[in-house]
Parts: sequence; C-alpha cells; structure tokens
Amino acid sequence: MERVPILKIGSTLFVSIQIDLQDETVIRLQEDLATELVATRATGVIIDITAVEIVDSFIGRMLTMIGSISRLFDAETVLVGMRPAVAITLTELGLSLRGVRTALNAEKGLELLSGSS
Amino acid sequence: MDVDGSQARMAAFLRDHQDKIVGRWSELVVAGVRGRSSVVEARRELEDIYSLIIAVMSGPGEAGPGEQARVELRAVLAEFSRSRARSGFAPGETALGVFSLKEAVYELIADAADLMPEFLAFSRLIDNLGLYTFESYAAARERIITDQATSMLELSTPVVRLWDGIIAVPLVGTLDSARTQLVMEKLLETLVATGADHAVLDITGVPTVDTEVAQHLLKTVNAARLLGAECTVSGIRPQVAQTIVSLGIEFGDIATKATLADALAHALSRAGLKVGPA
Repeated sequence: MERVPILKIGSTLFVSIQIDLQDETVIRLQEDLATELVATRATGVIIDITAVEIVDSFIGRMLTMIGSISRLFDAETVLVGMRPAVAITLTELGLSLRGVRTALNAEKGLELLSGSS
Repeated sequence: MDVDGSQARMAAFLRDHQDKIVGRWSELVVAGVRGRSSVVEARRELEDIYSLIIAVMSGPGEAGPGEQARVELRAVLAEFSRSRARSGFAPGETALGVFSLKEAVYELIADAADLMPEFLAFSRLIDNLGLYTFESYAAARERIITDQATSMLELSTPVVRLWDGIIAVPLVGTLDSARTQLVMEKLLETLVATGADHAVLDITGVPTVDTEVAQHLLKTVNAARLLGAECTVSGIRPQVAQTIVSLGIEFGDIATKATLADALAHALSRAGLKVGPA
C-alpha cells in the first residue's frame, strides 16, 4: 500500500498528496498524522491536494476528521490547492468540510497558519 | 399516364417561356416581400432555381443527370431559405418565393388547356420544393436560436477583477441551474488562475430570488470557500430582500451587502487595505 509522506517544516506538518486516494491510504494517513503530531508537537497541518482529481464522500469526511483530530492536538489544519471540479463535487455532495480551513495554494496556507498562531 | 413524357413536355414549355415566366415570378416574389428586395436581385436568385427545376424535370426519374440536378436544387433552395431566415423574412414569405412560380406558370398555361396534366405534375414538384424550403427555413431558424442562446450564456457571465486579490461576478438575468453551473465553474477557475481570495457575487441584475436561486448562490459560495476564498453577495434590492426574508431563506454566515461598493469596501478591509483621500 502506498503511503503519503509527512514533512515537517518549522512547526508545520506538510502533507502533499500526489497519488490517487484510496480509502486505506487516507486512513493510514490519518493514523500517521496523529502519531507525527504527538511526536513533533506541530501547531499546524497543511494538506496539499493540488494533484488530487477525484474526491468522494468518504475521503471528504476523512479530511474533516483529520481536521478534528489535529484540533485535539491544538494544531490548525489548512487544506490547500483544491481543484474547481473537486470543489463542485464536494458541494454537490453537500460536504462543506466544517472545521477545516482552506486556502488557494500552499503559500497562502502557510500565511494563514502564521497569521493565526 | 406517361409521367416522364409529360414532365419532359412541361420542361420544354418552361424552357420556351423562360424569360416571361422568370420575369413574372420575380415580380410576384418582390410583391410578396413588400419590396424588401429588388426585381433584378430576385431575378438573379430565381434564374438559378428555375434552370435547375427544368433540369430536374427533363432528366430521367431516378438516377443520372436528373438526380444530380435534384441534389443541386435542394442545396440551392436550402441556401435560399437560410439567407432568408438570417435576413429576418417571415416563413410564409420564404415559401411564397417557391409557390409563386406556380402562379406565374399558371397564368401562361391557362390559355393552352391541353397542357393541364403536365401542369399537375409540375405543381406536385413545386409543392415538394415549397415544403423543403419550409423545412430548411425552420432548421436555419432553429440553429440561429441555439447559437444566440449559447452566445448569451457566454456573454452573461463575465468574471471581472476589482482589485489585486478581489474578483467580482456581476450576474444579470434569471439564474437557472445551467447558468449557475457555468458561473460556478468560471468563478472557481478564475479564483485559481488569479490567486484571488475574495469574490463578490453581485445580483443587482437578477430580477427575482427564489429558494432555487438562493440554493444556487449558497452552493457557489460554499464551493469557493472550499478553495479557500471568501464570498460576499451584493446588490440585494429592497424587494429581493423582502422575498428572501418572507421565503425564510438563510444566508448563514455569508456576508451580504446592499451595493457592490459596500462589498468592495468589505473585501478591501478583509485584505487589510484602506482607501482614503490621496
């Protein structure tokens, strides 16, 4: 099974998803991220989904859950680089990803994190 | 009755009286369209059709040169109907262009009573051609309407840049599902392309806001939020505000402003910018 790498930049964990998301991959990512958050005591998580073309309701819900989990470790989650088609799909599915902040690109996401902390 | 023979006799008659018939035909056509084209102009158009009709009638029935002329005649008639449709002639006026040939011929043939069966065959041909003209006209009109609908859809959804990082979508006209979908796509694409993080949806030009339109607006705002951009809805007129409230539509935490100017000011302050006297 493929794993999504988690990079630590300063006090931010950077996750760039470059593969087609499978349900197990996302669950694995969620576990890895929780472990990493404890280990690094990061205060922010950036999830870059620029390369992701398809998001279904399960993955949408998992993204929200990742946001809630990070909040428990006092870390803010920012989802960056969502494609228009993905945004339209999620809205049509009725998912608004509450609890997760969004930004147009990684740079803006970092700005958002540094501004809020 | 020998159909081919009578058609050939009719063709011979038409050929002999070509000048007279085409002249009269052009006059009738021009009278029919109330002088919107000149006799000379009409004559040039009709002469082509006329010689093709003769070719169709003198050629053998199914295959050979007659068939070729038939195809050509249809193409010429289709073009004739298309140009009429484009220049805004009524369908009746277009069909009259073909049918009045019957009248022109009848005026001549009335004296020679022995050509009556030939005239009937000829008349049937003209009826078919007239119907074909009608069909081509309708098809051309249909295409014009579709083209216009498409270009209207494209025209009606511009996305404009108001400021660095602030874009606006002035919505004019009724919002239906197809249009909202287009607006949403264009808005999101522009957000990504320009890197803007604030969008203003201006609904000054939207005549009515019902639950469906509101639903569409909310969807658009939510999709923009997923990309990380904030949306403001502006241009809500008093009547529209009353409808929204009486329908019980909730805009939730979406910022709404009365005018585009207010929305711009709001967006600027969110971006940490201030406009003051120079």
